[in-house]
This record gives sequence, C-alpha cells and structure tokens, in this order.
Amino acid sequence: MNSPELPCKELVELVTDYLEGTLSPADHKRFEAHLHHCGGCRNYIAQMRTTIQLTGTLSEDDLSPEAEQALLDLFRDWKREQSAD
Amino acid sequence: MLLEDELSLLEALRDGDEQAFERLIEAYQASMVRVALLYVPTRTLAEEAVQETWIGVLKGLNRFEGRSSLKTWIFSILMNRAKTIAQREGRYQQIAWEEDDSEPSVSPTRFRMLGSDYPDHWKAEDMPDNWDAIPEEVLLNQETRRYIQQAINALPESQRIVITLRDVELLTSDEVCNILSISETNQRVLLHRARSKVRQSLELYLSES
Repeated sequence: MNSPELPCKELVELVTDYLEGTLSPADHKRFEAHLHHCGGCRNYIAQMRTTIQLTGTLSEDDLSPEAEQALLDLFRDWKREQSAD
Repeated sequence: MLLEDELSLLEALRDGDEQAFERLIEAYQASMVRVALLYVPTRTLAEEAVQETWIGVLKGLNRFEGRSSLKTWIFSILMNRAKTIAQREGRYQQIAWEEDDSEPSVSPTRFRMLGSDYPDHWKAEDMPDNWDAIPEEVLLNQETRRYIQQAINALPESQRIVITLRDVELLTSDEVCNILSISETNQRVLLHRARSKVRQSLELYLSES
C-alpha cells in the first residue's frame, strides 16, 4: 500500500514536530522518505537547524561581580534569619 | 545549563551552603534576567524581579516539595514576579496563548501551483539555499545575531516568549509547559511559528548580505 506522498508545502509545517520527535511513526517515515529525494527540503531542515543553533548563541551574557556579591549578601541574611528562628 | 543532582543541591542550600547558592546563581541568574525582560521593559525592573525571585526562593526553600524540578519552580516564581512588576508599571497585557495565527511557515508563492507537475513542491527558482557555504564568521558575527534578536522581538508575544525559553534559554518542552501553564501541543505550535519566522528573516538577511 502506498501512503500519499508528502508535498514540500506540507513538510515545512511539520518540521518542528519532526525535530521534537512527535510525529507518528507513519508520518515520520513519510517525512524522511521525502527528505531522501528532495534537496530543497533537506536544505530547509538544515536552515532550520542553523537558525535554532544561532538563536542559542543569543544567551552569551555574564553576571557582573557586583550583582553576584549582592546575591551572596542576600543568602547570608537569609542564613542568619534561619539560625535565629 | 545543567546542574548537579537537584536533591543534593537542595539539601546543601537548606544547610546554608553558600557555594551551593553560588552555583545556583551562576546557572540561572543571567537567564532569569533575560526571561524577566520578556515581561518588563527595562533591565533595572528585570533585575528587581530576579532579586525578588531569589528572596521568594529562599523563603520557600524549606516548604519546596520537589513536585516540579527546582529550576521549573524558580522560573515559575520569576514569571509571577515579573508579571506583577509589569502590572505595577502598567505594562502587562494578557497573553494570547491560544491565538490561532494560521499563517503558513513559508510563503505559498514559493511552491508550484496545483495542476502543475509536482504541485506544492518547491519552484526551482525558489528552493531554499544550502547554507553550508556561508562562512562561520558571517553566521556568528554580531550583526547576524542582532538581526536574529530583532526578528524574535518582532514576534507576537506568545511566540516570543516560547522561542526565547526554548531556543535561547534552552529549557525543555516540559519545563516551558509547566512554567507557562500551557499544553504541549500549544507550546509546539507557538515554537513552530516562531522558528519558521526567524528562519525566514535570517534567509532574507543572508540573501542580502
């Protein structure tokens, strides 16, 4: 039996389900079968992966020493209150 | 960021182990400020929300039952504090989590028409490019990253929050669903819309540069 072919236009709507691993086994198969013969969609998925990776680089940001000290003071106060209880 | 076994960390914190608290700060503080900024307009207000969160965490530490992970618990407190501050500042709007924007992920004009050969497949001239040839310096430079941040900022609020938690702060789908109290499907739809739009912006940017 042949399952209906997955067109590119539908595949792009399933990319996140695919990457999240939430496609049904049958849909997963159709998805990969499509990728196998479609360079455009392989590029699309690769672009999506690159996009996700680059988005992940936006978090590079460091805590200032002053901010860290202020928080440690907060913890020491809490500790004192704890032992006073 | 992944922390050591939460149970032993929790125990150390309750014992007043300062280093344990330091590890917690190092793991989450920067991320918490960015997450607070999803709700409040300035960095000062975001830091206020985070500070209040740590106070709440310390106060609640002995009552914390571990029904969620420590991380989820901390970020849930943060969300509430940030929302309260946003409300105080007159900046809070109810977020439309369930809003159905059914915009396609890719412009329909890039696909062949029905009735042609291979309907709904990429038009030859509109196929996505292979980005492998783009040098890393271009992909990773400051300007590209600024562009991605702008694309995220332009998203509807619900999508902006979900993509930031998932793809910038690297929280898991479970964590995000718990923190935002939304369903897994809802979360995935929002993530999909957000990622698709950011990819589209990036594609436009890279084709121009």
